[in-house]
Amino acid sequence: MSATSAGGSAATGGTPVAAGRTPPARPAPPLPETSGRPSARTAGRGLLRAMARRIGSGIVVIWAAATTAYLALLAAPGDTVDILIGDGPDTPEIRAGIIREWGLDRPEIVQYLSYLGRLLQGDLGRSYQLQRGVGDILAEQIGPSARLAVAAAATAIVLAVLIALVTAGRGPWARRAVSGVELLAVSVPTFVIGIVLLSVFSFSLGWFPVSGDEGWKSLVLPALTLALPAAGVLGQVLREGLEKALEQPFATTARARGLTERALVARHALRHAMLPGATLVGWFVAQLLTQAIITEAVYGRPGIGRVVLQAVTGGDMPVVMAVVILSAVVFVTVSTVLDLLYRVIDPRLRSS
Amino acid sequence: MAQVTLRPTRPYAYRLALPGAVFAVIAVAVVAPGLLTGTDPLAADPLHALEGPSAAHWFGTDHLGRDVFSRVVHGARHSLSIGVAATGLAAAVGVLLGLAAGLAPKWLDEVLARSFDVLATFPELLLALLVIAITGPGTANVIFAIGIAQIPNLARVVRAQTFVVRRAGYVEQAVTFGLPGPALVVRHVLPNVLGPVLVLATIVLAQSIIAASALSFLGMGPQPPAPEWGAMLSEARNYMRVAWWQALFPAAAVAVTVVSLTAAGRVLRYRFEGRDT
Repeated sequence: MSATSAGGSAATGGTPVAAGRTPPARPAPPLPETSGRPSARTAGRGLLRAMARRIGSGIVVIWAAATTAYLALLAAPGDTVDILIGDGPDTPEIRAGIIREWGLDRPEIVQYLSYLGRLLQGDLGRSYQLQRGVGDILAEQIGPSARLAVAAAATAIVLAVLIALVTAGRGPWARRAVSGVELLAVSVPTFVIGIVLLSVFSFSLGWFPVSGDEGWKSLVLPALTLALPAAGVLGQVLREGLEKALEQPFATTARARGLTERALVARHALRHAMLPGATLVGWFVAQLLTQAIITEAVYGRPGIGRVVLQAVTGGDMPVVMAVVILSAVVFVTVSTVLDLLYRVIDPRLRSS
Repeated sequence: MAQVTLRPTRPYAYRLALPGAVFAVIAVAVVAPGLLTGTDPLAADPLHALEGPSAAHWFGTDHLGRDVFSRVVHGARHSLSIGVAATGLAAAVGVLLGLAAGLAPKWLDEVLARSFDVLATFPELLLALLVIAITGPGTANVIFAIGIAQIPNLARVVRAQTFVVRRAGYVEQAVTFGLPGPALVVRHVLPNVLGPVLVLATIVLAQSIIAASALSFLGMGPQPPAPEWGAMLSEARNYMRVAWWQALFPAAAVAVTVVSLTAAGRVLRYRFEGRDT
């Protein structure tokens, strides 16, 4: 949705801010314990501490997701039992089951705690529309969605690096072209991109299937639909990083040593350019998660997106709540892993 | 990257010209769609269904023989009003919460600021879907859902700006001269907080229009036969093999509107805050 939110910070869980004036505050780096190059030992301790902090804030985000979902349930007008049932079958036995499962006859705080307790045991509740455990439904549908997300992420990164490599250092026209592409990327809704691709490549040229999920062919257009906007934003950030890196003194030194421009970019500059790109990780993951729902709808693909839409339309709250929590878990996991990778890319971060 | 420009006025005016022209056309479509088209957007004519663009039907006709041009023009009101209303709701609540956090005692600010931060990490579309799961689909519910989903971002900006304004010399002076708290907030803090909010609101509006048309595309928004752009696209998807025009024109309408809004928002942001991206 908010593709303008290019101001996130990977270090705080990658909070995307639409044009936020202040990027989310990064935890202040502790003062280096030793001056100069950090020893291996302090670096290791620094990494451990950073990991602990990262995992701690990740747990807070997941807890907040669970609580938000629960508050949404409480805030809804009407009887909680009715809301949980949604459009599902409504019999006295099912009602009694819900009251037992959610403990609706107990005080609210106890209900909340037991809800958290069940989540901790991996129990995501029961879908009252499908009469099955939510965990099973999601496990069944996550395959196609995960394939789509991974394919889209890979495509987006490759495209973004290509944009950056082709346009960096090519003067103002290249800058204008890339920022134009970026403007389109944040402004054109995903379903519009999907419809256009579908119309050209499936309906007119007949290269790809119109809907469904059969083999790699049906993955190409959905992955491209998800990847194009992300690549536009990421490409611009990488390009700027690359240009800045190529102006640094180390680039001059490397050139003086006789390194070709291509080797300079491949071995040194790209690494530097990846750093600002890494701050977009949170935005990128959020983008993939939500736009996948729309992309799956455009291409009629099975997956979590279809489950969510059915649940939202039918008011099947346990499923919706579980998806909110699941997305928080994915978000936290990916941004934590990438944040640690960030330290691999840039050794300077290892000391703090 | 921000560049130092010696004569800043001309390039801005130039960059605002195209979006401005688009807004003018859209404004006419919203206020007086009759000026642009005399055809009823709901009038079905099955004998002329799925006909390509022609002199009589500039954008062709859809599967029920309705005039696509007329539907796109009349759709502006549906699509934009949801975006504007959601942005208004988000701005009103966001300003209140942001001001409250910025002026509150430290512990309360901590609680509010952390909640904004955490809520802002959730993708807005997912928050909106969570709300719609409870309220059910429909135009009013979509406005409510998108508005709620946009609050955290706005509240954060207002809070940060309140901190800046609070420390400003003129506020300190007003305090020194004994201006009571509420008057201080209304007369000095609020007006100076609103500038960045208006700039951000342009971008939030663009995002809300995307969200509104996306939710309508998914069937959560205005119900047929209302000519909402996203809903039109959703219908058009089934006839794309034979009638590309039915999908292309509403898609272009959403894209042009949002591109213009985002472009204008960026020009404004550059002008007021000296930031480019």
